[in-house]
Amino acid sequence: MPVSAFDIIGPVMIGPSSSHTAGAVRLGLMARTILNQEPMEAIIHLHGSFAETYRGHGTNLALVAGLLGMGTDDERIPRALDLARERNMQVEFVTADLGDVHPNSAMLELKGREGLSVRVMGSSVGGGRILVTRIDDFPVELGGDYHTLIVVHQDQPGVVAQMTTLLAAAQVNIAQMRLSRQKKGAEALTILETDQPVEGAALDLIGRLRAVSRALAVKPMA
Amino acid sequence: MAKGPTVKELLAQAGELGLSLGRLVLRLQAEELETTEQALRLKMLENLQVMRQAVVEGMTGTRRSMSGLVGGDAKLLEERRLAGKSLSGDVLARTAARALAVAEVNAGMGKIVAAPTAGSCGVLPGVLLTLAEETGARDELLLEALFAAAGIGMVIASQASISGAQGGCQAECGSAACMAAAAGVELAGGDPVQAAHAGAMALKTMLGLVCDPVAGLVEVPCVKRNAAAAANALLAVDMAMAGIKSNIPLDEVIWAMDQIGSAMPCSLKETAQGGLALTPTALQVREGFLGNRER
Repeated sequence: MPVSAFDIIGPVMIGPSSSHTAGAVRLGLMARTILNQEPMEAIIHLHGSFAETYRGHGTNLALVAGLLGMGTDDERIPRALDLARERNMQVEFVTADLGDVHPNSAMLELKGREGLSVRVMGSSVGGGRILVTRIDDFPVELGGDYHTLIVVHQDQPGVVAQMTTLLAAAQVNIAQMRLSRQKKGAEALTILETDQPVEGAALDLIGRLRAVSRALAVKPMA
Repeated sequence: MAKGPTVKELLAQAGELGLSLGRLVLRLQAEELETTEQALRLKMLENLQVMRQAVVEGMTGTRRSMSGLVGGDAKLLEERRLAGKSLSGDVLARTAARALAVAEVNAGMGKIVAAPTAGSCGVLPGVLLTLAEETGARDELLLEALFAAAGIGMVIASQASISGAQGGCQAECGSAACMAAAAGVELAGGDPVQAAHAGAMALKTMLGLVCDPVAGLVEVPCVKRNAAAAANALLAVDMAMAGIKSNIPLDEVIWAMDQIGSAMPCSLKETAQGGLALTPTALQVREGFLGNRER
């Protein structure tokens, strides 16, 4: 993980806790980004320290603020629950045991306005940094530090080669890559973290590969 | 994860290039992030402005924390200082009041700059804004001092930890005091070696400090520890500028902090299961707070 001067002096954020507030905003925002549309319904499962201390840290406000598209420094965060109500976003909080995961973890079950739905599990790992560890049933490792390409595709030979060929042609360098699948030959999910953004023709062509059902480009989080 | 440079390596590079710590960190970061020093200065200026706003807001004394436990203390200390009654002296009182102000804004869900964390966000503004006034340093130099602080913080983050859950309060307020002391020496016109001595002296006095927040909230004792850490950093600056050296080099102090953090039981690392968090008063607060909020 890159650590820059602005990870140390920063982020600018609404208090009181980088892990329980800022990290929670980022987790909500990342979940919204992965859903790729405005959430209409959210069931938020809180684990460990998130479950125990969320009221005092405004973790609930922060997660919802992220779902509403706010950043960590948005002064509307303390009013996020009211704002969600105004936008007819239904939010429910439940405490849960998500298993052997980081104490500051949550699972967000989202339904979007245009019919998509997704389950995103992640942790706030300190200093406002996050790690998404599961998307639907796929284990992932997604920190939001890089330009990220999330691709859902059939598990079959050659798909990764096709994608990386297109990225190479677009002069995009891969920093990290992880493929996970349910079972052999079924649906698979590949996460590519890249040094350059994947956009325009490259993104379009990857999205139109026969084996690919969905390709989503995510910018690094501020 | 690749470990970043050590303090020793930073000092060697600064010496070789004839740069202050802050200017060295600026140069290294511009290379690393593939940008210009000017762009980095502008980004840091935004942080500086948020720090200043947080001081102003905290001094109004109107913001209360989520539980109602903290808020308004910065104003009390500042009023006493303005009345000329401060026994610890004007500079120290101003430093501490500002640290309290920013930490109170944080506890009340206001806007702050994590430095290095939200829980320890008052220390750097308290020390650096006050020392800049005292030394007449312009914003240009203040920004460089913030980069010096960041450079030290990056070493701590890569060699040890800046998270209370991993290293206790020494990793948060201790790191902040260490960073503020080193940066303060830059403002005071000291060299990088003196800056490292100041950082070492500030951090040494905070080794072993546990993270035992009442009801798990970033309120008690966090807010007042920001003031104490800032005062401690200020003293370390004065000692280093007087020519006092730390017998243990900063890299080794950071190593010691890491060792102590690992040896610290989990009950004293942000879990609110030990220390002040288990006092009868704290338990009462916890019950009252949770009780109030459950409807």
